[in-house]
Amino acid sequence: MEPYNNHTSIAALINRSNVDTDQIIPKQFLKKVERSGFGIHLFHDWRFNDDGSDNPDFELNKPAFQSAKILVTGDNFGCGSSREHAPWAIADYGFNTIISSSYADIFYNNCFKNGILPIRATQEQLQLIANEINSHEGCSLTINLEEQTVVTPLGNNFAFELDPFRKENLLHGLDDIGLTLEQIDKIDEYEQKHRRLYPWLWT
Amino acid sequence: MKKTMYEKIWDSHLVCEAAGQAPLVYVDRHLMHEVTSPQAFEGLRNANRKIRNPHSILATMDHCVPTKDRDLPIADPIARKQIETMAENCRENNLNLYDIKNPNNGVIHIVVPEHGFVHPGMVTVCGDSHTATHGAFGALAFGIGTSEVEHVMATQTLPQMKSKTMLVRVDGKLPKYSSAKDIILAVIGKIGTAGGTGYVIEFAGEAVIDLTMEGRMTLCNMAIEGGARAGLVMPDEKTYEYLKGREFAPSGSEWDTALAYWKTLPSDDDAEFDTVVILTADDIAPQVTWGTSPEQVAPVSGAVPSPEDFNDEGKRQACISALNYMDLKPKTKITDIPVNLVFLGSCTNGRIEDFRIAAEITKNHKVADGVTAIAVPGSYKVKEQAEQEGLDQILIDAGWEWRDPGCSMCLAMNGDELTPGQRSASTSNRNFEGRQGKGGRTHLVSPAMAAAAATAGHFVDIRNL
Repeated sequence: MEPYNNHTSIAALINRSNVDTDQIIPKQFLKKVERSGFGIHLFHDWRFNDDGSDNPDFELNKPAFQSAKILVTGDNFGCGSSREHAPWAIADYGFNTIISSSYADIFYNNCFKNGILPIRATQEQLQLIANEINSHEGCSLTINLEEQTVVTPLGNNFAFELDPFRKENLLHGLDDIGLTLEQIDKIDEYEQKHRRLYPWLWT
Repeated sequence: MKKTMYEKIWDSHLVCEAAGQAPLVYVDRHLMHEVTSPQAFEGLRNANRKIRNPHSILATMDHCVPTKDRDLPIADPIARKQIETMAENCRENNLNLYDIKNPNNGVIHIVVPEHGFVHPGMVTVCGDSHTATHGAFGALAFGIGTSEVEHVMATQTLPQMKSKTMLVRVDGKLPKYSSAKDIILAVIGKIGTAGGTGYVIEFAGEAVIDLTMEGRMTLCNMAIEGGARAGLVMPDEKTYEYLKGREFAPSGSEWDTALAYWKTLPSDDDAEFDTVVILTADDIAPQVTWGTSPEQVAPVSGAVPSPEDFNDEGKRQACISALNYMDLKPKTKITDIPVNLVFLGSCTNGRIEDFRIAAEITKNHKVADGVTAIAVPGSYKVKEQAEQEGLDQILIDAGWEWRDPGCSMCLAMNGDELTPGQRSASTSNRNFEGRQGKGGRTHLVSPAMAAAAATAGHFVDIRNL
């Protein structure tokens, strides 16, 4: 995984709550056996008209939001299924940061496996950012992961919370499985006890 | 210290807590299907890693499989490749797979309990959010992403953050014709789809204990729709009775050892939960969702709300958007909503008792003109049982289609889908926009409500039948 670098990028606003994984990547695109190439299908049913042309009313089709790397959106983003195709599509489209007031659990975990930083903002902070984007579409936000801050064009600066290990793994693009395998002795030890206590699980 | 069931399972599965890393939790059972696993196998291969415990895995094919003409090759070449990849991955790694032709085939969360593969106290994962189903056995069961699927295959563990605990207590007796589905829809209506975020929910109370194992599975299955990581019901005599004699259940002296362990699992009296939600079962009428989120739900005797009924601006906007998508007017009586298609099945409601109640409601009636009704058993075993009981014939005589098992129209990946503007009464779990087909409109209901809607052509209050 690529390390997450600090950046100043255009922020696109999808001002909707409860955006579910079926909207992020509709099920007809889940049949592939590869990890890549999902970006062209991101938000498919909202993004395209029935004839395949761009739906001009959909937020991400606004010219000002092209090449955005930051997605600003409403509560409970990513609710629904566990499909990692959702963060794959988001990353493949070009986003590496999401700002919302809350995320569904599985989606939130999946983001970190794909180099995406899901920032939890308060309702007030989210409103403030949305207002700034609305009044100046195409404006950029500055994300500093080390300092855990977001700075808006008008100079509003706020800090966000993040588990230290998640931050570390993102900053260094660490392989989770590799890290766990460093604990292999502990896993072996646990398993020996497990076999003794729960023998019926091993027959 | 007094502990909840979740805390007991968590403590007994903690492998280690390395400095600067998330706690590492041991995984006992790993369930698989064709959609969320291929990239994980590829990742393992690329990193030259092996599956640590192949015996911990049970795999099936369910999402993409056709529910009719199973003898023909799968028409969609991309779906066919996904199915073939699953078979190849399982063969290569010597995994237990119930493939499309296997008499044990079916939806993962239906076949796993049928074979007694998940037991109380186990940590169980699957690349599927409805893994929560297995909480019905007092197992900590939750959905994971594909990277985590790979993680579990390679290490038999997962880095996890400890969840908060929520007790949802449903007091009293459930009225006749209300079901586990109505309890969980009412719970989600109360707490919202994000109400359980960060929590593991333990369901308790008389109405929950009274449920059959199938009902408890329906209840836990949709814990995820309330945002929770998992749902749990404490194991009891019903649980043990259900498991006894099944293929992967312990036997002989190991049964006694297991049973003694299982009996230690229920939450201690006076264990503290971070949040407690209480419902009264007597108040739970059959539920019908009217919107595009499972929290947008009303009792069958109620009406579609108006945006101004919501004080919260987000919920008000969501109501406007949902009414627009669903083509419904505020204040429409639920029983005045017509349906074109009825879907009976899914990991939520594809078990034998779901077909029993649907057949009971359907008997001596016909499917209404203009309505298509599809019954998709959750597994071949459910199908076989239903046929032995003659339930298939009751449904077929009434005009229902009787299909082979699979996820089918729950997420419409296999070609079974709504056409734009079609309106369904569905026993599945999600009513998101386009979930059952682009432009399709989904109303989530119980099997009894679905069967009654098929006959009437619109929703009916089954308590008045």
